[in-house]
Amino acid sequence: MLKIVGYPDRYSVAPGETISFQISVEEGETFDARIVRVLNGDCNPDGPGLSLPHVPTHIDGTYPARKQHIDAGSFMRVPTMPALAEGAFTFFATIWPTLTDRGDQTLVAQWDETKQAGFRIELVDGGKLGFVAGDGSRTVTVATARPMLVRQWYRVAVAYDPAAGKVTLTQEPLRRYPTIDDAGHQEAELGLTPSALAVPMLMAGSPEAGGTIGRHYDGKIDSPALVRGVQDLHRYGALLRSNVPFVSDPDLIARWDFAKEIRTTRTVDVGPSRHDGELVHLPSRAMKGWNWTGEQHDWTRKPEHYGAIHFHRDDIYDAGWETSVAFTLPDDFKSGGYALHVRCGESDEQATREDYLAFFVRPPRGANRGERPKVAFLAPTCSYIAYANHGEHITARGAEALMNRLLPFGHSDLYMYYHPELGGSLYDSHADGSGVCYSSRLRPVLNFTSRYHSWLGGHGSALYQYNADTHLFYWLDQKGVEYDVITDEDLHQDGYELIKDYQVILTGTHPEYHSTRAWDAMKAWVDRGGRLMYMGGNGWYWRVGFHDELDGVIELRRAEDGIRPWIAEPGEYFQSFNGEYGGLWRRIGRAPNVMAGIGFVAQGFDISSYYRRAPDADNPRASFIFKDVPDEIIGDFGLIGGGAAGIELDCINTDLGSPPNVLRLASSEGHSSMMQLVNEEFGVVPPALGGDQNDQVRADMAFCETPSGGAIFATGSIAWCGSLLPNNCDNNVSRITWNVLERFMDPKPFVPGS
Amino acid sequence: MPYKIDPAVDRQYIEEMRRNPIGAHSPGLQRVLNTLRTDKSGRQVILVVLKPFEKWVLGEMPPDRRDPITIEDGPVFTSREEAEWEIFRRRWFQHTGENINLPFRD
Repeated sequence: MLKIVGYPDRYSVAPGETISFQISVEEGETFDARIVRVLNGDCNPDGPGLSLPHVPTHIDGTYPARKQHIDAGSFMRVPTMPALAEGAFTFFATIWPTLTDRGDQTLVAQWDETKQAGFRIELVDGGKLGFVAGDGSRTVTVATARPMLVRQWYRVAVAYDPAAGKVTLTQEPLRRYPTIDDAGHQEAELGLTPSALAVPMLMAGSPEAGGTIGRHYDGKIDSPALVRGVQDLHRYGALLRSNVPFVSDPDLIARWDFAKEIRTTRTVDVGPSRHDGELVHLPSRAMKGWNWTGEQHDWTRKPEHYGAIHFHRDDIYDAGWETSVAFTLPDDFKSGGYALHVRCGESDEQATREDYLAFFVRPPRGANRGERPKVAFLAPTCSYIAYANHGEHITARGAEALMNRLLPFGHSDLYMYYHPELGGSLYDSHADGSGVCYSSRLRPVLNFTSRYHSWLGGHGSALYQYNADTHLFYWLDQKGVEYDVITDEDLHQDGYELIKDYQVILTGTHPEYHSTRAWDAMKAWVDRGGRLMYMGGNGWYWRVGFHDELDGVIELRRAEDGIRPWIAEPGEYFQSFNGEYGGLWRRIGRAPNVMAGIGFVAQGFDISSYYRRAPDADNPRASFIFKDVPDEIIGDFGLIGGGAAGIELDCINTDLGSPPNVLRLASSEGHSSMMQLVNEEFGVVPPALGGDQNDQVRADMAFCETPSGGAIFATGSIAWCGSLLPNNCDNNVSRITWNVLERFMDPKPFVPGS
Repeated sequence: MPYKIDPAVDRQYIEEMRRNPIGAHSPGLQRVLNTLRTDKSGRQVILVVLKPFEKWVLGEMPPDRRDPITIEDGPVFTSREEAEWEIFRRRWFQHTGENINLPFRD
């Protein structure tokens, strides 16, 4: 298990700026911290070994340790609600519960846990509508007789009458099924008077002792409202009509319309008192409501059909930890990959007591930019965030069969298992089975670190995403290449201006996720003469969105196609952060081939294979690539699965946008049956999906010249960079890569067809 | 009905598994492995890493994440392939009642 974890407040920092690190230590009174350069995070003894040289700075030293916690689970807070229990009131909502067997779940509360005072309207006892009252000395719970079903819509009404000392509870399913009796109506005397507390009202959670929030509700809430007096569901009907000015209703306390300000974390009370709320830990918005008909899938065009918010007990946006170490970079700090190495003791077989909290130093901003190198590495931070705490080996069964080998659990994986409050990746599902569509970096991300060996990283080094990219850092260092590091977030924020002066950009091994602004900027750069070295596979695959106001979080909708560990509900394909249609870039006419010349075609995580030289390798246009490489077989070695072609593969497809002038330099072969065609490649399931029988399953190494004198070189394989390092970087994969980089750094324009 | 392992038919793949536990398998061995790796109970055998690239033991993840992972004291494996062979032997016994009394390496 891990005894020290943490996270930086940003993944990209410029010289002269400050980056802070939030750290939790479970053992000891102090920890040591120092900055290291990240050149190779791979412990595999078959490779060159870890290379994390110390970079002395003024923050080197020993710091006081403290244990910090994450209080996960989304909810809504209304800060200015008067004490509701002072008089009679009725709470209405239309709800869609999704996980009713995990204890009491609060819909609405004005509650003091320490004093056991106030009220909570909840789902209790497996899904029965309940009312919990506390007067400071004792509590009482009343509930309906029957639980609600999961993933069904209900109208609920809870009326409290202090004069009569009574509560009336009504749960009414919107759809009836023969033999199923899930409606409920209960009138009960409480036998006590709940304390009337003028404290913030919470929805989908209630306060716990110590200041945390608990009893989270899992599911959707649509159109909640509060009305003075004891009312029945007939009164709710009028409140459900949209665009009605409720100011004329003298009894209205609040009516929240979740279809308003969907892009924000605010909730709007359309009543006259404006008891607007704030959402904490990003529950899912732009969720279809009880009245969604299917006539419109775009919430921006019919927001009144998207009046639901889906809350989850395991939503997390910002862990909110206190800063442990802050590092202000000197103005001349070199761009590159770095980490804060933190250590609280000796590691052993039972515990790891050190971590490498990764970050990148980007070039200076604006006028301080200065002379830059010709080469940049685009750190795929959107992909790192998408995969943050990727836990399918924990949450999904069948991963062993997919990997074709046992699932390794290092200390990080064990820690992840016992700490679901870390939150999942965009590959995981919430505890209630719905997909995780938001992922933030403001939390410990256990797989964004050196020394992490992934359960899906291929046999051998078993690296995936960030740590796999350190193979490229090592190779660039060994080759003495001067380069800047920029990140996806930088490109999204700064646009084309950030990259316009670079002659060469190298990608990471798996640059899968991109925002529209970053996609547009990169495409403009390629079309205006940039030289793109696509060093991996399955790039430019999913579209993601950034939030207008919140830092460090992305959204993904796993819409209608692609490799999807969860599938977005029909009608929920449009991103809440920006209203864009989400899903595969391919589905909006921007297949990966348009950007990189090749596109995703197959995946398999057991072993990797090799490339065989293709006739285009002898085309004079490609002669520079194969200088001193006469070999027929390329990359039949490597740290990722034992070959250069593996994990995820891309191939040429002009129908999808590969340029007609593209050269197929080499193609992989010899894949196992577990390297399989991806589902967007077929409409009818073919009898043979595996690489042992299906000739579509291959990586194409490709090259083409682009307009304005630029060019693209594409490897077509996530495993490629794992083959750069063997034999002290002296091998045919390394040589090809160097030949390309050397020519791409030469400013002489590429002339198509010459 | 999914495939059910028939020891008389599938015994031929045991030696292939012993020689190459991780890698490209014959269709017959792959079918056996797919069957052995299917566990409807929700339990999941895992390979616990005591020391990266040096020492492993087997463990089991329960169906419900709120329950703890169990970790075996031994056997301790010095390669992932050795662990694959051990779990193959155990599952083969569960499915067929037959012991495979062969070490990973002679």
